[in-house]
Amino acid sequence: MSADGGQPAAGPLLEMRSVNAHYGAVHALRDVDLSIYEGELVCLLGGNASGKSTTLKTLLGMLKPTSGEVVLDGEVVNDRPTSYRVARGVTMVPENRRLFKRLSVRENLDLGAYLRSDTDGIAADLERVFELFPRVKERLSQKAGTLSGGEQQMVAMGRALMAKPRVLLMDEPSMGLAPALVQQNFELIQQIHEAGLTVFMVEQNANMALSIADRGWVLQTGRVVLDDTAENLLAHPDLRASYLGQADT
Amino acid sequence: MTATLPPETGAAGASAEPPLAASRPALAQDWRRLVRMGAVGAVAQVFIALSNMPVRLDERVIVKPVLSLGYLTLLIVPFAAGHRVGHQIKREGMPQHAAGAHEVAGGAACGAVAGGGLSLLAVLLANFDLREPLVNWSPMLAELLAFGNATRFAVVIWLLIGAAVGALGGGLRLLGPRTRRAVVTMALAVGGAAVLEPLVVDLAEGMRLEALTDRLYARRGGINWTSALGLAAGSGILAVLGRGRIQQARAHIAELEGAQRTRTNGLLILATAAVLIVLPLFAGKLTNELLANVGLFVLLALGLNVVVGLAGILDLGYVAFFAVGSYSAAVLTAATSPRINPELPWLVALIVVVIITGLVGLFIGAPVIRMRGDYLAIVTLGFGEIIRLLFLSDWLSGWFGGSQGITKIPGAGIFGLTDVAGTDPRRVFYLVLAFCALAIYVSWRLERSRLGRAWMAVREDETVAEAMGINTVNVKLLAFVVGAVLGSFSGAIFSAKVGSVFPNSFLILVSIVILVVVIFGGMGNIVGVIAGSAVLIGVLGGPKQPGLLAEFSEFKLLIYGALLIWMMLARPEGLIPSVRRSRELHQQEMAQDAWLKGQVEDDNHDDGGSGPQATPAT
Ligand SMILES: Nc1ncnc2c1ncn2[C@@H]1O[C@H](COP(=O)(O)OP(=O)(O)OP(=O)(O)O)[C@@H](O)[C@H]1O
Ligand SMILES: [Mg+2]
Repeated sequence: MSADGGQPAAGPLLEMRSVNAHYGAVHALRDVDLSIYEGELVCLLGGNASGKSTTLKTLLGMLKPTSGEVVLDGEVVNDRPTSYRVARGVTMVPENRRLFKRLSVRENLDLGAYLRSDTDGIAADLERVFELFPRVKERLSQKAGTLSGGEQQMVAMGRALMAKPRVLLMDEPSMGLAPALVQQNFELIQQIHEAGLTVFMVEQNANMALSIADRGWVLQTGRVVLDDTAENLLAHPDLRASYLGQADT
Repeated sequence: MTATLPPETGAAGASAEPPLAASRPALAQDWRRLVRMGAVGAVAQVFIALSNMPVRLDERVIVKPVLSLGYLTLLIVPFAAGHRVGHQIKREGMPQHAAGAHEVAGGAACGAVAGGGLSLLAVLLANFDLREPLVNWSPMLAELLAFGNATRFAVVIWLLIGAAVGALGGGLRLLGPRTRRAVVTMALAVGGAAVLEPLVVDLAEGMRLEALTDRLYARRGGINWTSALGLAAGSGILAVLGRGRIQQARAHIAELEGAQRTRTNGLLILATAAVLIVLPLFAGKLTNELLANVGLFVLLALGLNVVVGLAGILDLGYVAFFAVGSYSAAVLTAATSPRINPELPWLVALIVVVIITGLVGLFIGAPVIRMRGDYLAIVTLGFGEIIRLLFLSDWLSGWFGGSQGITKIPGAGIFGLTDVAGTDPRRVFYLVLAFCALAIYVSWRLERSRLGRAWMAVREDETVAEAMGINTVNVKLLAFVVGAVLGSFSGAIFSAKVGSVFPNSFLILVSIVILVVVIFGGMGNIVGVIAGSAVLIGVLGGPKQPGLLAEFSEFKLLIYGALLIWMMLARPEGLIPSVRRSRELHQQEMAQDAWLKGQVEDDNHDDGGSGPQATPAT
């Protein structure tokens, strides 16, 4: 489609090539093309049931495409299990955070690093998480389900960072957060991104997402209907009408 | 935001006890509540009486000549009702009243209503014959209720007994904590001595202390009432002198950290091990048999604990692995097994048994773990029965003897040194003990391992566990296999101990009993599982194994059920909860709180984004 022009010479880190995916008979993704380059912050927009979460699941290998290819670092990973992709740096912060509610914060963080065996690296990353979220350190032994929404978001991010990701897939990070927290949350994502992490974010909050993203796609009933830079998307009349809730300005 | 932070702990009111308000007058009762509670007690009384427990258990004497187990079953309910009715719910900002005449009077009234159930029953027994639907509607029951006197006597006496016992129950609230501890200790000492009578007598014989037990117990069972008084006095004095030293010690141990903690734990484990190794030397057949049975169930429960407690897979057909372990050990060691009889030495056979059971675990597990929740439970239930029916079937009777089973199974030979067979329960116990130690160690290590963490993640949220890179299918299968192997140890020892295996030894009931042991003891907790086996299997008895209260065997399931219900209501974390589990359960409310708050925020979040309306075409 587009957007490849201004990118670095290396191939994309994570890519979908005309991927179709089904849940039984339901056609959830239709010929979806996406490419995420190292160091980018990109976002996928779309209304309810447009297939955003499905896209993430397919990228992570929890759902197999019925046709097309998922490419990680130049390798077609269609037949690789989730663990393979996680081990190679694809990590997801699931929709609604989905912490292991009855386990402690500490155990949640440990589980983020489940596939790693470099004890020193894990310890260092734990320190980094504490630096980012001092709050998390205070609550290490508390049961994750008893944290406030905002704190849970921190732990969810911390858990993902513990996997030492190269690309972070975030499913609606602003969902269920109070407006002030949403702002703070996006700042955090930006901060993590600036520290060198590639971020692929799924959002309904288009305004906010596009304000920090480089590029974006708009998904509609499983099909990519827009693929452009964040700037152009923000200015796009259709998008303004439908997602930004400001039809006539 | 900060406003949504949950409070630090749930125990808000526990810190500072507010001063007590004056006690209430005796007649200012909440009569409606009192009568309701008494009526529930009355129904329970009638139910217990008609379950035939009092008549059957009348033979088991607790204190000679005043109290039998049968009568005890009729005293518990009015006592509990009398105690309960005086309970004041603690509410912040509401005064707590001191206990006084109000509690005693209320307890007496409530107990009388409960006892009245039996009065009514006595009248009905005398005037109607309902033997047809109610098999236990017998003259014996009528006689027992009337203490051999006229019906009129029964009516009055049960009202009086109910009132008296209820008053005692209510009066318990008047005692200060220290006195109450002494009273409870006294009751426990007498009750314990009575329940443990067979065990104590057996041990005393082994230690040549018959003189002591002859004095303590009456010739045909039960504690002599003089000795009971002495025992009560002695234990009461000890309790007063001890002044909760045990609790202090426990608190002290709980505070220890790091190396000190490890050392104390090590010492405790060593001491327990020493007792368990030395005790059987002085014990007779009965005690050792009992210990061996408890041990077999500890093994089974530890295995199921991995599956249910750690991995969260509700397996209702766990008996399948016990059966496969027993049968494969039998086939491999017995000369009499129908088709193949390699007559392997037991230890060699055990290796094969482990492999076979592990494979069966894989085979059953593979289809099962793809399901979730209730479906999974039902399918495992089916598999448990299928395995038993296969052993029973004509089709495989050429291999497993069908309903004839396999008999004349030799004992377990250990390196040709000793032969462990049912005829020598002491050796069986030592064998079981060794495998329990192994199973405990394995469970303990697993719980703290990476695999253990993966199991817990799967238990909590399978989808997210998968997203973390956990291979959920493998991990769950592994739980099944580990559980199967632990169960097969128990099976292999069981067949060598009993000397024969029949399909009927592996009914669904066994699965249920093991599950009850795990739940009762405290899911996911090793010590709890052991305590659960000791209490349920040791005291009440297993599916076919008699316990200390052998008289209870026909009421076992009734009591299991009652215990389970009480447990779920009063102590859902089990007898000895794992730290984690009790944290889970007691923070539940707060979690719901947090969730509610989350919902509220959910409502706010839409204002920047799109509404739910359909997206237009581009
Ligand atoms: N496990 C499933 N089984 C069957 N259908 C599913 C499943 N998961 C999703 N779907 C369907 O696939 C479509 C896309 O769902 P998806 O969860 O990807 O939407 P989404 O864009 O993430 O929506 P939302 O913004 O509400 O989270 C929906 O029509 C949904 O009903
Ligand atoms: Mg979604």
